[in-house]
Amino acid sequence: MIVADRKPLEEILNSIKDYDKIMLMGCGGCVTICFSGGAKAVELLASQIKMARKKQGRDIEIVQCSPERQCEYEFIEALKKDVEPVEAILSTACGVGVQTMAVQYPEKLTIPALNTKFMGYPVEHALWEEKCAGCGDCVLEWTGGLCPIARCAKKLLNGPCGGSSDGKCEVDAETDCVWQLIYDRLKSLNKLDNLTAVREAKDWRTSTNAGQRKVKFEEAML
Amino acid sequence: MKSGSRLEKVLTAGEFAVTAELGPPQNANPESIKKKAQHSVGKVDGVNITDNQTAIVRMSSIGAAAIAISCGLEPVAQMVCRDRNRIAMQSDILGAAALGVKNILCLSGDHQKFGNHPQAKNVFDLDSVQLIAMVKKMRDDKQFLSGDAIKEHEPRLFIGAVENPFADPFEFRVLRLAKKIEAGADFIQTQCVFDVDKFARWMELVVKAGLHEKVFIMAGLTPVRSHRALTYMKNEVAGMSIPDELIERMKAAEEPKEEGVNICLEMIEKIRNIEGVAGIHLMPIGWESITPVMLERAGLLPRPEV
Repeated sequence: MIVADRKPLEEILNSIKDYDKIMLMGCGGCVTICFSGGAKAVELLASQIKMARKKQGRDIEIVQCSPERQCEYEFIEALKKDVEPVEAILSTACGVGVQTMAVQYPEKLTIPALNTKFMGYPVEHALWEEKCAGCGDCVLEWTGGLCPIARCAKKLLNGPCGGSSDGKCEVDAETDCVWQLIYDRLKSLNKLDNLTAVREAKDWRTSTNAGQRKVKFEEAML
Repeated sequence: MKSGSRLEKVLTAGEFAVTAELGPPQNANPESIKKKAQHSVGKVDGVNITDNQTAIVRMSSIGAAAIAISCGLEPVAQMVCRDRNRIAMQSDILGAAALGVKNILCLSGDHQKFGNHPQAKNVFDLDSVQLIAMVKKMRDDKQFLSGDAIKEHEPRLFIGAVENPFADPFEFRVLRLAKKIEAGADFIQTQCVFDVDKFARWMELVVKAGLHEKVFIMAGLTPVRSHRALTYMKNEVAGMSIPDELIERMKAAEEPKEEGVNICLEMIEKIRNIEGVAGIHLMPIGWESITPVMLERAGLLPRPEV
């Protein structure tokens, strides 16, 4: 899932300071699960904004809405009537949702209320960790299902750097050294051979370096 | 000869090699290199010129290496993967070789978090093993990483790598060393050894795997002037093994500087007797003047003629 975190209230208030009637647009997808952008988060943010604006002596009207997903046209095109009367849209979706809205409603400015962080999953209640960097050329097959691109601060492909200590990363003592985990996993799977060959320089063309990437599913093309 | 460097000649001749570290300044003054260089001219087989170590901006290692050459030193230019992609690295490798650099040390590089520009975007297009392989490909196959031919004047470099016998996972450290050798490392310099027993255990594994016959291993050593330096490294630097007895001994010393030198000399003696060790690499952080004194007292001067 995509994990996102709400921007500080001050920043959000500043970004909508020119408007007195906005739509606050949530999303029922990933950001609902990570508590930052679903219907409940929208409810909370709306009351915080209203309270703050009341204190400033300048009320704001907020139309709340939280479609099943904000990142597909079919879920947001039905909102045309709700969007028309507002001055701007404040979105608590990930960056993808914000951009889908921006394209669907080009006459209105869509403002992000979240910082989109990463692709990951909850490792415990209310704690998410990054797991995939979307590099476009998956290495999990030989790393025992643990990604060094997303989880190693140096994206190393040939084992841990000299800063791996007691299973932790030198960059953050709270973070596991993914190479220690890979080593342990492959050892228990009796597959340490995976680590003996020199892994050649990665071809980053599949990653974000070549500009916007596209995925085309030929069989389903109309 | 792969490079014809002095370091290569000394090691190949079976002599116990000595290198020392020289950190470039945080400014554009060539004099500070020249001043530090005077401690090492004629006393060591090579000087490592660090590449923005601990991610603090300094004069470039290749620029400083060129100055070191003008002072009569043979540089080991360090190159880290943190700041440059494969295009810039290959370009700098050509530039370094053109300036007369004959040794290169390939490292991943300290993370920018530890330096004075933690906001920087790191690169790590290659990792250290891939960098080693790239330098070897340029030298031996006369090809760029892309496969394009280097039609003439390929860079002839003696390829170094580092290994930290004290980092985890301990058993993987030997495997990683083997990978660096397979990739093309000619010599290895280790992280500072303070825990000689652990280093000896690592060397046992290295010798058992026959790796000492495929690569020259130089043990890293740092003479310290006070117990505070040791305590700092123990607490703040990841992947260091510093025995408490050593800290206690430095604390108890009446003349800590002298004791620091004595400890280092004792370590040199022990390390020389460990099978598979081909030399030492001195890293007297901010105390370059001690290098010739130590080497004299360790009986490592004069350096052999090669």
